[in-house]
Amino acid sequence: MMLDEVLASLFPSGHTLERGLSGTVHGTAKVEGQGDVTVIGIAGGTPLSVDGAMLLAGHVLAAVEAGGRAPIVVLVDTSSQNMARRDELLGLNEYLAHLAKSLLLAAVHGHRTVSVLFGHAAAGAFIATALSSQSLVALPGAEPSVMDLPSISRVTKLPLENLKELAKSTPIFAPGVEPLFATGAVAETWTADQPFAPRLAALLRRPVPTSDLRDRTGLERKGRLLAQKIAERVAAEAAAHA
Amino acid sequence: MSNLLQPHEVDWYEASARERAAGLLDPKSFTEFLGPEQRAMSPHLARFNLTGAFDDGIVVGRGHLDGQEVFVAAQEGRFLGGAFGEVHGAKLVGLLRAARDGAETGVPRAVLLMLDTGGVRLQEANAGELAISEVIRAIVEVRSASVPVLALVGGRAGAFGGGGIITACCSRIVVSEHARVSVSGPEVIETNKGVEEFDSKDRALVWRVCGARTRYLTGGADRYVKGRIQDFREAAIALIPHAPPFELGTLKAEQRRLAERLQRFGDCRDALEIWRKAGLPEPERIAEIADDAFLAIQRPKGADHDAR
Amino acid sequence: MEQFQVRGTAKARAGGDRHQAITGVNASGNLEVLVERMLPEHECLVDVTTAVTGFRAIWEAVLQEFFERSSPGGLRFSINDGGARPDTVILRLMQSARLMETEG
Repeated sequence: MMLDEVLASLFPSGHTLERGLSGTVHGTAKVEGQGDVTVIGIAGGTPLSVDGAMLLAGHVLAAVEAGGRAPIVVLVDTSSQNMARRDELLGLNEYLAHLAKSLLLAAVHGHRTVSVLFGHAAAGAFIATALSSQSLVALPGAEPSVMDLPSISRVTKLPLENLKELAKSTPIFAPGVEPLFATGAVAETWTADQPFAPRLAALLRRPVPTSDLRDRTGLERKGRLLAQKIAERVAAEAAAHA
Repeated sequence: MSNLLQPHEVDWYEASARERAAGLLDPKSFTEFLGPEQRAMSPHLARFNLTGAFDDGIVVGRGHLDGQEVFVAAQEGRFLGGAFGEVHGAKLVGLLRAARDGAETGVPRAVLLMLDTGGVRLQEANAGELAISEVIRAIVEVRSASVPVLALVGGRAGAFGGGGIITACCSRIVVSEHARVSVSGPEVIETNKGVEEFDSKDRALVWRVCGARTRYLTGGADRYVKGRIQDFREAAIALIPHAPPFELGTLKAEQRRLAERLQRFGDCRDALEIWRKAGLPEPERIAEIADDAFLAIQRPKGADHDAR
Repeated sequence: MEQFQVRGTAKARAGGDRHQAITGVNASGNLEVLVERMLPEHECLVDVTTAVTGFRAIWEAVLQEFFERSSPGGLRFSINDGGARPDTVILRLMQSARLMETEG
């Protein structure tokens, strides 16, 4: 989906979104039952760079500083993190972490955070944006991934055809909404037949879980059969030794 | 052979994950959780005709650090590059959640993450990526409960990909000369953007871009230590009482320091340019001088901060 | 992938009081060995998991020689193999048996 289509369907009552530098967008929008929500995002498949991460984090921190508990919606159509010597030299890991921490801080301060993925998101960009919000919604056209299959094939030295075959029997490594839904990353997938605005309003009305339930969701959906159990076993041993 | 030295005298780079965990802590105080005899292994590797590790490449547990109760995790960088898989990641998530839940009783005093990872284990990519995100969220919860989380980096895998992001979510970062901290690996940048952008075979370049000395001099790490387990231990003990709180003020200060770094050095192509602009003495020699001489350099303004 | 077990008898109980030890790492040319004291005194066994197939006969010969030389009675060795050569296998097994004599 294109950004304008997404905005029209998510915010039919209006928004003030403007495009900024480095592929970013920012503004406010009206959501039924919520008043004005803060909207940030990265669009056009733009890789997430040190500059983009700074801009987005700045908007999030401004929303936290302004007080209140207005939800923050993160629109995501990026690529991977920017693959450039300059970004790594300047400490891209710190900039991406800073954005992730800012979003998590906002949640701590009572701002509901929802990512709406309508394009690409991969690797470090995926972690710093979509995966750092309390809920991740996938729209038609969403393409989340850790790494594309041809690259996985190159690194693991497994032929692409074998990988594609393997991907049919497990959601544990392949890109796409389905495997990331099964493993617990994607909370909801919205299809074009239902308008998005009421779905967003309904999502924001639901009480927010106080802890990270993605591993539990992954178990329920049979996409990650071990993660939650292993985490619980370690936590139980830690408590037993206390 | 390492068994002639005391555990804490062993070189961090040469030590196994278990040796680092046990050697960093007070003697004989280490207790491992979900140890190798439990055989909590990856169910996914066999699909790729790969054999596993009894602890799935990460050691988690507790012990004493200078008498105080701490939780520790140490990644085995030599097993599949220390990469995050489903079980590996879940062990770390469980440890952090236990730290969050125990915080109000004062246990643990801190969590020490001995990171040694290339990032996500591609054979379990989605589980690895999710685990990294769950780790980040859990670190924030632990820090919000006023328990410091320290990143200790100095092994052969470094802290790449999601590991680099996790590093910068920690309260404090300790590095030794061998450490590299980055998101995209040099080979990946070269494959995607060409050798002009990044010659991944140029080791000196790799360390100038993402190595410990650059990180330390730009404020991307808080302590630079010599290479023994003892050196990491001393740094951890010193840093725990000075961990910045996870709150708006800290992140606003981080926003300012990161913006300032872009302003001052945003057009630099190489660490040498940064060091020249920062007015450091003999920039061309910084990469090659011994640790003692390096530690004698005064860091540029802004590198010493508590905005993490 | 191959997984198999090689059993043996030992003249004597393996020395020491330690219950378990681990050494090595599953990396290229290396192997991880977990050793547990859990068998009757004159028995020993090795569980092998390896991605390098077709060498079972060599493993059996190498391991029987190890049983003969080191007499690791009562010990179960579990191996995750990264394609190690026989001399590395023997070295690690002997290291692990020696670790069982140290303080746990």
